[in-house]
Amino acid sequence: MDIPKRILVSCGTGIATSTVVAKAIEEALKDRGMNVTIRQCKVAEVKSLADDADLIVTTTPVSKDLGVPVIQTLAFLTGIGKEEVIEEIIKALES
Amino acid sequence: MSETIPNLLDPNCVLLKCNYTQAEEVISAVGMRLFKEGYVRDTFVQAAIDREKQLPTGLPLAGGIIAAIPHTEIEHVIKPALGMVTLKTPVTFQNMVSPEEMVPVQLVFLLALEKPKAQIEMLQEIASVLQNSVIVEELLNQRTYKGIIKILKQA
Repeated sequence: MDIPKRILVSCGTGIATSTVVAKAIEEALKDRGMNVTIRQCKVAEVKSLADDADLIVTTTPVSKDLGVPVIQTLAFLTGIGKEEVIEEIIKALES
Repeated sequence: MSETIPNLLDPNCVLLKCNYTQAEEVISAVGMRLFKEGYVRDTFVQAAIDREKQLPTGLPLAGGIIAAIPHTEIEHVIKPALGMVTLKTPVTFQNMVSPEEMVPVQLVFLLALEKPKAQIEMLQEIASVLQNSVIVEELLNQRTYKGIIKILKQA
């Protein structure tokens, strides 16, 4: 059994948009048979938590030099480009 | 179908076809309603305005309409609720994904969140309403609370 990949999902307060994004990613990846662990945080906490993540997905801008791939997207809120972002997430986790 | 949103949307906290000119004004007007109805503390409005400046919430939607979903820390909230504003002429907010970009907003949901996990249904319903451009258009056309609820129940 593979060790689940860790996704850190961040937004401004760590309670609103990241909740929607985390749930949407969890469901989309489950449908594809992928097992991941998702942690939510405030954008201000990203830097200190980045080391424990394989991928960061964020709605608000974060620094790009965290040593972990960062995907910034509103797709899970607006629906625009959602499928493409899911593919991008899968690709980032597989690499 | 939205079930949670209609329950959280107090008729006194829905302002339709408004003529505001600034984001602060919009947040303050509907935020004061939430305060008067006992959903949030007296610190909520300022906290939501400040937070919107630092971490804006403008969301360009699929149909070309732009929404905003201001909110703030849970400590300013007494019990979960939603405020809603539709704007006759768009008001400038900043884009969530690129805060330096100003965007003309027509639909605002002010979120009073108490516990994130407990309000997952509300957040998901808002996301699904925002993803439906027909529903968003319809919401902007409504003149009454009743009309809004009817549309949301179809969503």
